[in-house]
Amino acid sequence: MKDKNELILAIETSCDETAAAVVQGGTKLLSNVVATQMDIHQKFGGVVPEVASRHHIEQITVVMEQALTEADVTMEDIDAVAVTEGPGLVGALLVGVNAAKALAYAHGKPVIGVHHIAGHIYANRLEQEFEFPLMSLVVSGGHTELIYMEEHGEYEIIGETRDDAAGEAYDKVAKALSLPYPGGPQIDRLAQEGKDTYNFPRSYLEEGSYDFSFSGLKTAVINKLHHLRQKGEEIDVENVATSFQESVIDVLVDKTYEAAMDYGVKQLIVAGGVSANKTLRARMDQRFADTDVELAIPPLYLCTDNAAMIGAAASVEYHRQNYASLNLNANPGLMM
Amino acid sequence: MNVLAIDTSNQPMSVAILKDNQLAAELTVNVKRNHSIQLMPAVDYIFNQANLTPKDLNLIAVSEGPGSYTGLRIGMTTAKTMAWALNLPVVAISSLEMLAANLSYHNGYVCPFFDARRGNVFTGLYQVQNGQMTKVKDDLNTSMESWLEQLQNIDETVHFISSTNHQFDDLIKEKLGAQANIIQHSMNLPRASMLAHLALEREPTPVHALKPQYHRMVEAEAKWLEQNQKR
Repeated sequence: MKDKNELILAIETSCDETAAAVVQGGTKLLSNVVATQMDIHQKFGGVVPEVASRHHIEQITVVMEQALTEADVTMEDIDAVAVTEGPGLVGALLVGVNAAKALAYAHGKPVIGVHHIAGHIYANRLEQEFEFPLMSLVVSGGHTELIYMEEHGEYEIIGETRDDAAGEAYDKVAKALSLPYPGGPQIDRLAQEGKDTYNFPRSYLEEGSYDFSFSGLKTAVINKLHHLRQKGEEIDVENVATSFQESVIDVLVDKTYEAAMDYGVKQLIVAGGVSANKTLRARMDQRFADTDVELAIPPLYLCTDNAAMIGAAASVEYHRQNYASLNLNANPGLMM
Repeated sequence: MNVLAIDTSNQPMSVAILKDNQLAAELTVNVKRNHSIQLMPAVDYIFNQANLTPKDLNLIAVSEGPGSYTGLRIGMTTAKTMAWALNLPVVAISSLEMLAANLSYHNGYVCPFFDARRGNVFTGLYQVQNGQMTKVKDDLNTSMESWLEQLQNIDETVHFISSTNHQFDDLIKEKLGAQANIIQHSMNLPRASMLAHLALEREPTPVHALKPQYHRMVEAEAKWLEQNQKR
């Protein structure tokens, strides 16, 4: 029987945050260090993969050291090293994966490869215990998925985006409005001031589908802006932001609610970078208020990419002794 | 000194362990494979062959570039993390110098180079005299044609050594004729043992500051600078 209170050092480098954390027993966060590159990529209007990789290798040992120091532990105390193996930017993932293998090998510890999305879901376990069966809505710049779980470590994707992720649509619409990167928080902020006057489409796809589609909405917004600019008409940026956001959130909330009811879950977990969105949080709260479904949304610092969530997800695999071998590789298109 | 040396800067991968300053185990693989998959098993293999464990190490050596960006990061992330984890000094050495060191016992000029695409190369110039190698020109990223024209000014034979391919052989012969000697066969493959021996004589880099020397800016950064300098 494995120690219930194992200590895992976790590493996450799938996009533009170099992160390391120490997590105890899958539920207790001892340290959570994130070196963000957001200001570096801002001038390019989005994440440049090669730039991200170059920064990861400069930061990686610094963040690992800080994670151990802040947790007040040494590598001797650590039971396993966990790392995001995918999905993500391959060059970025490679830094984390090779650091994890080298660290584990140097100290004779096992390595655990973690799926990035499993991490986002398990971020919640650092706040409150899971209640099965549960449904999770994962929304970020790269993902929009509904995932059903009957027990720890078992994931069934019941719906996913067929084109753009919700966060990606936010970033592209923000760009079309000439808002700085990353666009999501900017749109959410502007949307607090506007009204839904533009009536952009809401894509529910075919009856009974839990899948999402945001590219039609994105195109509708961009075409509308183009049209208004051509005619020299004034664009109400706040109203565009509100109208776009309402379209996204209506679909996210409706589909999630439907899925949660159809599957009879006890808990709904909202995870990923877009779960930081104020309107989404408020609307989910409202919709699930009169149901028996417990709503769990992690605090903001656990919504964006971090390594603590990877450590939390790795705990389940640690107890199954689901270790990776020395040939563990980055897998940018990793399936769940 | 027990030294672990790692090179994954180009298609070949080479790892070596020196035990008491003598080569104990070395593995060089020259096939198109993923270094991220191959490297740790190879390191584990040579530790076993040398009958050592990571805790027995005194020093880590790694090639710092130039080379394939991804390849460089795989080797350097591994070396950097192991050095940090084991609290060991780490020495970074030019991957061109490592290759030139294959010819440490030939007197004369050595020009190591790697293909950098579109007629460009990563290259440098070294001179060997009585077993001592000195750097004549810093590593750089340049057009092969203009580089060869510069080398025409040297009166002696230049030994060209490259692990990547032979696509520049004709151009070298055209520009330098009998002045050029193109190294053939296995002598043009990088050997991590050379890294290890070179590292014994060098100052370590503070581990957190260790990073690859790419010798080329990211395209997006170059474009950004160009646009913002015009204004």
